[in-house]
Amino acid sequence: MSDTLEKVQAIVVEHLGVEADKVTASASFIEDLGADSLDTVELVMAFEEEFGIEIPDDAAETILSVGDAINFIDSAKN
Amino acid sequence: MMDLKGRKVLVTGASGGIGKAIALELSSSGADLCLTGRNKSELENIQKIIGVNCPIIISDLSNSEGINNLAYQAQEIMGQIDILVNNAGITKDNLFMRMSEDDWNEVININLNSIFKLTKLLIKGMIKRRYGRIINITSVIGVAGGAGQSNYSASKAGIIAMSKSLAQEVGSRSITVNSIAPGFIETNMTAELSDDRREDILKSISVGRLGKPDDIAGAVCFLASDKASYITGQTIHINGGMLMI
Repeated sequence: MSDTLEKVQAIVVEHLGVEADKVTASASFIEDLGADSLDTVELVMAFEEEFGIEIPDDAAETILSVGDAINFIDSAKN
Repeated sequence: MMDLKGRKVLVTGASGGIGKAIALELSSSGADLCLTGRNKSELENIQKIIGVNCPIIISDLSNSEGINNLAYQAQEIMGQIDILVNNAGITKDNLFMRMSEDDWNEVININLNSIFKLTKLLIKGMIKRRYGRIINITSVIGVAGGAGQSNYSASKAGIIAMSKSLAQEVGSRSITVNSIAPGFIETNMTAELSDDRREDILKSISVGRLGKPDDIAGAVCFLASDKASYITGQTIHINGGMLMI
């Protein structure tokens, strides 16, 4: 399991109060994990803080699933 | 008196008549204040009256850079902002048919766009902390209109509508967003009114006088307090009865 996935998982579990095994790469924040639209904004803010990156608003709108977040974070870190 | 002890507050337009009254009232309720405005000497006067730690930031709300700097500095100095009072506003009155595009844009930019930008920057922390108060100072003109003030009225109506939308988005995070709509209040802004216009206005005010800045400040403190946690998306009209809705 990648380091990014692990950290993203921990943030999502803490923020949305879901079981860790539900936070798979293909899980959609809203459809599968019960987030509301403001939760997705907050998750993006948490990712920014955890990984020390900046996620612009237009990019944030494309982060809909756990996998989207991991891909964006990994490419932003490199 | 409302208890705002320990709350960190940013007041824009604090060097104006209403802004000053809001600052003094919030301060006497125990809030920690950061004041911003354009008039340095007036801000320093208010700082002296308040006495205790009350940082001031000279800001330019006409452009994004100035607003970014303000938000950054305010959070840096205060640690966080719990309560934002968007009070800054200008007028550039003219008959609609004579109004220049520049005067239209400038008023919309300062009165409305700056609130969007500054609130967006500061609400992030409120969402994270699950607490916040946004209090926007609008105007009776934003509801009733006013001849010669099409730009001002549009900007103030925009504030009311924006507040309602934002209130719906952030209510679940214990953040309230409300507007206060003063009528005609004795300030430099209304000192510019002609005597005839002032007479006309007075006739329409049931209470029979223009308002005082303190008439507004009390409502700001109330909305900022924990007692107002179930009030959001509302507009409180403080106009001596000149408009009842």
